[in-house]
Amino acid sequence: MNWEWLQRNAQQILTWTLDHVALAAAPTLLGLLLALPLGAIAHRYRWSYGTLITLAGLLYTIPSIALFVVLPGLLGTRILNPVNVVIALTLFTLALLVRVVADALGAVPPLVVASATAMGYQPLRSLLTVQLPLAIPVIGAGLRVAAVSNVSMVSVAVLLGIPQLGQLFIVGFQLDFFTPIIAGIVLCLLLAGIFDTIILLGVRLSTPWTRAVPGR
Amino acid sequence: MISFDSVSKVYPDGTHAVEDLSLEIPTGRITVFVGPSGCGKTTSVRMINRMIEPTHGIVAIDGRDISTVDAPVLRRGIGYVIQNAGLFPHRTVLDNVATVPVLQGRSRREARLAAAELLDRVGLDRALAKRYPAQLSGGQQQRVGVARALAADPPVMLMDEPFSAVDPVVRAQLQDELVRLQAELGKTIVFVTHDIDEAVKLGDRIAVFAVGGRLAQYAEPAEVLSRPADDFVADFVGRDRGYRALSFVYGTLPLHPEQTLVLGDRVPADAGTAAEGMSADHGRWVLVVDDERQPRGWLDCASVPVGHRVAVDDLVLGGSLATPDGSLRRALDAALSSPSGRGVAVDEDGRVVGTIAADEVLTAIEQARRSDLPGLQFDTQPAAR
Repeated sequence: MNWEWLQRNAQQILTWTLDHVALAAAPTLLGLLLALPLGAIAHRYRWSYGTLITLAGLLYTIPSIALFVVLPGLLGTRILNPVNVVIALTLFTLALLVRVVADALGAVPPLVVASATAMGYQPLRSLLTVQLPLAIPVIGAGLRVAAVSNVSMVSVAVLLGIPQLGQLFIVGFQLDFFTPIIAGIVLCLLLAGIFDTIILLGVRLSTPWTRAVPGR
Repeated sequence: MISFDSVSKVYPDGTHAVEDLSLEIPTGRITVFVGPSGCGKTTSVRMINRMIEPTHGIVAIDGRDISTVDAPVLRRGIGYVIQNAGLFPHRTVLDNVATVPVLQGRSRREARLAAAELLDRVGLDRALAKRYPAQLSGGQQQRVGVARALAADPPVMLMDEPFSAVDPVVRAQLQDELVRLQAELGKTIVFVTHDIDEAVKLGDRIAVFAVGGRLAQYAEPAEVLSRPADDFVADFVGRDRGYRALSFVYGTLPLHPEQTLVLGDRVPADAGTAAEGMSADHGRWVLVVDDERQPRGWLDCASVPVGHRVAVDDLVLGGSLATPDGSLRRALDAALSSPSGRGVAVDEDGRVVGTIAADEVLTAIEQARRSDLPGLQFDTQPAAR
């Protein structure tokens, strides 16, 4: 490891790290926001489940690099616009989470849902205040996978020239120099760990009942 | 009054869940829907709060066709208790109970205050208010379920096999408490069960459903037991129906004075010797009571020396207890379950007033039978239940 090189480039590396955080966090949040209603629809209407899940699966099989390259053409954005990356990763997150959300809602005990209906809940209120909170642990688990995979997929976007930690790999390969490559890997791992921890904490804080111990 | 007028439920695959059901459920009483699995009893109950819509016919509450009422609004006015309570796992006990008032637009604070009072009413410690349902026993969860159903003070309560998932001892307690609550509240309760004993214990009227959603009999419990409408009902109420029917037979029984020992007393020298005109076995057992004269058990005098201080460990636990004005079923059971063969009768405060002999119960049954010719119908007093 060449510590001196790292010190000299600390400012640049910090900027790339922050860009990386933004490029990974935005699609994770947007994907979740879109997956919630679509997953709810897939859960609620049986006919839509198969269609939505199949579409999501197909979407997920498109290679990320292909999507990065095709999107500017479809959206009319410039190739260097980071919005392309955000949209592509949002679609991947969505593809991953639609099924998770639908299945998580499906795993809420039918007796509890029936009981909400019998108490006089309107369907939407039951979904938002009974079913969704009970689905949080499963959705949270899916979200962790999506977040971590976004952190790693953002690096690929470096091939389009969008600045983030992937730049460290390019620099390393071009100079045949290991320090930036190792730094890039470590920082990506660190970011993935932080994303994972934040989601885990969020799930824990929003689901106190899952840790209620019987008979205390 | 809830009325079913020619109500049927046919599913798209052709299954008849309920077939041409017409019946009237009286206000302020407990009506039990009983029958085997697949007889349409749950389907019928769920048509009362529009969880299931009938294919034909009209369900009305106090003359108003419920299909004209917005379903969520209708449901907020009907208490609902489900098997395993159906509590919301993510809400505390207090918030579970406050559910319907909050849906009706009351403030959360106000609803919680009222909910805390309801916990007292159903016999739950207020210390449980902040717990989650997973932290409660099955019996406690069921009580929360009842409190939640009562929270908006609805005139109608639907109870769908509410006690079927708890153990027999707790079930009996919950049943007794429901009877006590109902005496205070006077709700119109429709109770679903597959257990004929539960139906007989709780119901002012019983609707027996046969497989395929046919109403086989709708009558008072004593009549279902003593005069089953058809072979299906006779078969469903079972072999013990003669014995069960005794629940509704009341007779005057001679009470015999019973010598008692108080816990901690020394066993007297004459204990275990038969009184004049009694068999030796009669004298062998002595009833032991506590300071309040409540029965604690029977002492086998053959097993303890004279002068021994009577302790709880020496006792053979007694059988069930009869009351002087109770049903002949309780009296007979008290006599049969007592090691001495003498059934202990207690007053309202649980104090021993005397004993009852099994053969005299049988005589009383015979008298009740003869006094009510023709047929086997017993003298019934459902109001005294």
